[in-house]
Amino acid sequence: MAQNKIVTLAHGGGGTASAELTEKVFMPALSNPILESLSDGALFDPPKNGRLAFSTDSFVIDPIFFPGGDIGSLAVHGTVNDIAVCGGIPKYLSAGFVIEEGFLIDDLERIASSMGEAAKKCGVAVVTGDTKVVPRGKVDRLFINTSGIGFVPEGVNISPENVKEGDAVIISGSIGDHGMAVLTKRKGLEFDTEILSDSQPLNALIEKILKADPGIKMMRDPTRGGLAATLCEIAKSSGNGITINETELPINENVRSVCEILGLDPLHVANEGKLVAFVLPKNAGMVLEAMKSHPAGKDSAIIGTVGGPEAGRVEMKTSFIGNRIIEPLVGDQLPRIC
Amino acid sequence: MKYMSEFRDGGLAKKVVSVIERESKKNLRIMEFCGGHTITLLKYGIPDLLPPSIEMVSGPGCPVCVTSKGEIDTAIELSKRNDVILASFGDMIRVPGTEKSLLQAKAEGADIRILYSPDDAVKMAKENREKKIVFFAVGFETTAPVTAASIKLAENLGVENYFVLSAHKTTPGILGALLADEVKLDAFVCPGHVTAITGTAIYAPLTDAGKRCVVSGFEPLDILTSILMLVRQVNKNIAKTEIEYSRVATKSGNLHAQKLMKEIFEPIDALWRGIGVVKGSGLKPSTAYSRFDACEQFSLKIPKDDKETKGCICDQILRGKSKPTDCKLFKTACSPDEPVGACMVSEEGTCSVYFRFGGMQKGEMVGAK
Repeated sequence: MAQNKIVTLAHGGGGTASAELTEKVFMPALSNPILESLSDGALFDPPKNGRLAFSTDSFVIDPIFFPGGDIGSLAVHGTVNDIAVCGGIPKYLSAGFVIEEGFLIDDLERIASSMGEAAKKCGVAVVTGDTKVVPRGKVDRLFINTSGIGFVPEGVNISPENVKEGDAVIISGSIGDHGMAVLTKRKGLEFDTEILSDSQPLNALIEKILKADPGIKMMRDPTRGGLAATLCEIAKSSGNGITINETELPINENVRSVCEILGLDPLHVANEGKLVAFVLPKNAGMVLEAMKSHPAGKDSAIIGTVGGPEAGRVEMKTSFIGNRIIEPLVGDQLPRIC
Repeated sequence: MKYMSEFRDGGLAKKVVSVIERESKKNLRIMEFCGGHTITLLKYGIPDLLPPSIEMVSGPGCPVCVTSKGEIDTAIELSKRNDVILASFGDMIRVPGTEKSLLQAKAEGADIRILYSPDDAVKMAKENREKKIVFFAVGFETTAPVTAASIKLAENLGVENYFVLSAHKTTPGILGALLADEVKLDAFVCPGHVTAITGTAIYAPLTDAGKRCVVSGFEPLDILTSILMLVRQVNKNIAKTEIEYSRVATKSGNLHAQKLMKEIFEPIDALWRGIGVVKGSGLKPSTAYSRFDACEQFSLKIPKDDKETKGCICDQILRGKSKPTDCKLFKTACSPDEPVGACMVSEEGTCSVYFRFGGMQKGEMVGAK
């Protein structure tokens, strides 16, 4: 599309320019037999047994290209992971693009191709999509929504209700990488670090976990609000207290340092490629081994147990002396000023 | 983290605690002035480690909390002007004024930006010549020199559309006000970063009045060591200013920053939220730099009569007379999500710190004793 370097309102008009965008940008990157039919909706067969999992997420990240990923791969990983932590095998995605007039076609191609690569890696197909273009200033560059469908095998039942006292709490790797990678590239806060986002699919890792322990009780990916938010939610919805050990928490040294400078708690910083699992104590070692054997879980660690404080509360045994209450984040995460 | 984890060594902390226990003979009421210290104290459960003879009391050292409603209202009024971009530190954005916060004003359409340094506001002024960039400056002596430097920078670059709405407060005035109070305080854990700028001379009125002072760092071992130093002063029956935080703070402070502040600012009477007007405890650009003063340039007068919500006891808490748990609104009507009083509005506010870290009861500590 050499003659047309930027997206114009015509690209969202449903006419020839729209068709050109679909044909020259999206199809080459995302093509698969269902998408190629260019129908109004995607048709596919349901699973022979088990249940369906369905999830949606919108991506409005700034900056859209960040160390370790971009909005395109993130939009695939985000929805794939949401389905996978429900015990679903992700199969099909939809993708909706809201593009600001003036957006570079080159950037859109880069993002579409990154989505395509991510989908391929996850083993999912983008089977239906939509593009809207809005006037300058009406969105910030590009927003993407993805929804996804996955098949949940029979016998898999992931729910906070399964969580009971004594269960082991396992994290699949270091925390806080995504949030800090994005934050350190924000305008006005250009940090000279090489923190990479952990944006990655978790479905292959979860297949390993389900193989090791088909009765796995609960999984969730701690995204916005970080590990603290996820643990507090699960403590509340399962009606249990949770105790974690600070010394067991995997945190990359550069993430720890930047958090220290900005006065942030890594427990509150977003992840995009981690999961926290609740496992029967007798299965914990086995699940941990299975997780460590996959690249996405190589730094997995048992970080705590269910029990300790009163129902709904999370506490951390600190590396100092005492225990500390873990509360979900209030408002937005902002650095201190003195 | 090298040079950080050493100051969080639990084993060493237990040893310091046992020395404090052994040496502490008289009752000692210590105020930690700075919000940063309050966070460390509660985050690491230090009050529960101390012997019953030592009581820690939080002071008015959170600059965001003590920013008056009138100052916030003035910033909001300015932000509504079409020709103004208002910039401030992130902590300031959520703090409610009389009617609303800057965050709400932003949602209603005001152009409000979060910055990490006022130098970025000068940069913004250079890039947006058609707009007036107002930096809403808050903080004690830790941030005031940076604001002063930004004014100097704007002057050097010939930037004419940069203005400062100063809500800066200074430490000596408020120390005097605390001293004049009838609250019984024996000693102070003094703010390390303020002292790094001011030097230790500002504590002379305290030591002259027989109060012990130790300038402390912000790690748990820093504070425990400072408490031990205060206990030893009591045992020797002396009252002086000592520096525990010697890796950062010095007796004379940062002379360059002091000179810059003196050149750019002049003292004014300032209203402290929850406390009242404290003579000479605020800063505004001096006459020579009045063209950078937003109040001067936009003909604004910051109201000096805040009224706190009924039932709120922040004035008592900021002066060390009461604790957050004494307040009927604490954890009921007042929370970090919906703050009622000054001490709940910022992450370093005493009530906010108690809310987030302070739920531990004695005896819950793991291996504390």
